[in-house]
Amino acid sequence: MTQSGKNNIQKEGLKAPIIRIGVVHWIKANLFNGVFNSILTIVTLFLLYKVIPPFARWAFIDSLWFSSAEQCRAGSGACWSIIPANIRFILFGFYPHELHWRPFVAMIMLIGLLLYSKNRNHWNRSFGYIWIAGLSIMGILMKGGLFGLTPVDSDQWGGLPLTLMLSFFGMFAAYPLGVLLALGRRSQMPAVKTICILYIELIRGVPLISLLFMSAVLFPLFFPEGVTVNKIIRAQAAIILFTAAYIAEVVRGGLQAITRGQYEAAESLGLNYVQKMRLIVLPQALKIVIPPSVGILISAFKDTSLVVIIALYDVLKTTKSVLASPSWMGFSPEAYLFVALIYFVCCYSMSNYSRRLEKELQT
Amino acid sequence: MKKGNPVISTEDAAQRAAWINDPKIRAILYQIAVLGIVGLLGYYLFSNTVENLKRQSIATGFGFLNKEASFEIGESLIPYSAADKYIKALLVGALNTIKVAFIGIILTVCLGTFLGIARLSKNWLVSKLAAVYIEVMQDIPILLQLFFWYSFFYDILPSPREAIEPLNGVFMSNRGLVFAVPEWHPAHPYMAMAFVAGCIGVYFMRRWARKRQERTGQIFPVFTLSLGIMIGLPLTIWLLAGAPHKMNVPELVGFNFTGGLNMSPEFGALLIGLVLYTAAFVAEIVRAGIQAIGKGQTEAAMAIGLKPGQVLSLVILPQALRVIIPPLTSQMLNLTKNSSLAVAIGFPDFVSVASTTINQTGQAIEGISLIMVVYLCFSLLTSLFMNWYNKKMALVER
Repeated sequence: MTQSGKNNIQKEGLKAPIIRIGVVHWIKANLFNGVFNSILTIVTLFLLYKVIPPFARWAFIDSLWFSSAEQCRAGSGACWSIIPANIRFILFGFYPHELHWRPFVAMIMLIGLLLYSKNRNHWNRSFGYIWIAGLSIMGILMKGGLFGLTPVDSDQWGGLPLTLMLSFFGMFAAYPLGVLLALGRRSQMPAVKTICILYIELIRGVPLISLLFMSAVLFPLFFPEGVTVNKIIRAQAAIILFTAAYIAEVVRGGLQAITRGQYEAAESLGLNYVQKMRLIVLPQALKIVIPPSVGILISAFKDTSLVVIIALYDVLKTTKSVLASPSWMGFSPEAYLFVALIYFVCCYSMSNYSRRLEKELQT
Repeated sequence: MKKGNPVISTEDAAQRAAWINDPKIRAILYQIAVLGIVGLLGYYLFSNTVENLKRQSIATGFGFLNKEASFEIGESLIPYSAADKYIKALLVGALNTIKVAFIGIILTVCLGTFLGIARLSKNWLVSKLAAVYIEVMQDIPILLQLFFWYSFFYDILPSPREAIEPLNGVFMSNRGLVFAVPEWHPAHPYMAMAFVAGCIGVYFMRRWARKRQERTGQIFPVFTLSLGIMIGLPLTIWLLAGAPHKMNVPELVGFNFTGGLNMSPEFGALLIGLVLYTAAFVAEIVRAGIQAIGKGQTEAAMAIGLKPGQVLSLVILPQALRVIIPPLTSQMLNLTKNSSLAVAIGFPDFVSVASTTINQTGQAIEGISLIMVVYLCFSLLTSLFMNWYNKKMALVER
């Protein structure tokens, strides 16, 4: 169509009629093509008109950004002041106030590492070492006790660093376990296969909350007397066990996508099982499952919010405790919208990335 | 565990190097090793647990189920009081979970289908709005959404005296959602019976119509007629009973409403949160299912002279459903599993009742096993039903 339009212009020196180009044409083609669509557009516009102006008025025009809670109660708009007034507690929980720079730096490092990882040209052997080094430095920053850093007990960890830690460490630790489970499920050995299937189906059949309850009340019973494991580590273990079952299913999909010829070729070269998997099958299978793995990372990231229920101070719990304080009670929409924004930005960038990756890898 | 040690002795392996290289024997050895490790781990955890339980003098076994629960439950489908036994309290919780899951799944499928179709709409505005909704809802944790809706009921909605009335007879306040229902009339059970009879009749009519179509090639107006029977029969009874139209309208008495049907804030928040969250995922599934059907199918169906309605019901939907159903099943299970988050906002679902039980009796192992078993049963039942349905819809290859 554009081609013929061009020809017309060249031939006759005339512009195409206004109805065929530009904004008018776009509106006609996309909003008012047909009676039904026209009605639909008008109804939708009316609903938007009903919803958006009052919301914008509440959120931006009548809102207060840096005030006390009392001033907020007098006003009629949104009280965003709850965020700046409590931002350090929301983000870092009970971490000692003067040491907040440490989790902050650790978070920046994690985000930096993630941004660095976005480029697929960086994915090589040293990349793994960079991640391990980065994660260790983050751990030292959080924990302290080395290089003259004041030790901070992990009971005091909280807020966004805790959320990030639970999801990323959960993902990294769960991945090898998930791959093993997937290989076990595809194995020819009936005993191994049964154990893996039982584990995967059991975990996928129950809600995460039951595993978290288990970590809170049952794990202490599992260890001999005198051995106590930190609450955060226990919750982390539950998240790892849970995520591994889901990763196993994703990896199994990848393994199934590898054609039989690949297995046979590897066997005819005389490779043993470990070599066959490590050199031939897994590199191809894991490449296929990168996008769905990002999907699992996203749901793991969202699911860490469930630790609220076993009273760990992740970013949602810190927000809730701010809301429970008498002075800021009742400003929950503002606070929840802020936390939702944090989650949205993280998850949206991850899912966008996974979609782009899917396109790139589709070769 | 018992078989583990004697077989893997290094002596044997050294003596008969060829024997150890036999893949079959190796497989057996590996399996024994794996079973041994798992068994040892299990035994270690089990013995520690027994030891710890003995030391802390916690009772074991499910005997507590027959003791008096002595806690109240906010809402219940069956009569329940604090004097009832734990087992009844747990049953109340399980029924509440089923209630939320059942209503939630129906609403989710409706809203999700609507959104999925809206996403594919040729209307740019509608399509983009649906896309924004799907993206935003998927990226915000369900628990946060539940907290938001809970605070919506308690912090934003006014007291019953200033209740908002969005529709005639529907009142929203911080005591929940109250709406008018038809007043009880003796004709209602007959109407329900007529509906069931209509459904059975429709089932046989469809079978007959399909047989006839296979035999003669004539199409019978099944859809219009089924709709007519299913609505018409109860309607006739209703008219015969003199068209009772009296409504049980909620009225403000003192500080709260009486009459009508009441939906507590906890239940409301849970239901709204679960439905809005899961519908976003269902919408993506529906969109993908419809898009998976090639354009050629529509064109071919139209080329052989089918009407648009027939194109949809005979060609597009049967194929799209085949793509949609497996992921839809897992979303339904997700909704059921996510309903366990009710514990965070105080709705007495199964997990919430079980966790109260754990706190009172201290019998965490039994309590958590009960939670896991109940949810595994839900999962199993849903997937059995869906597998049956899936098999029915599956491609019959000749």
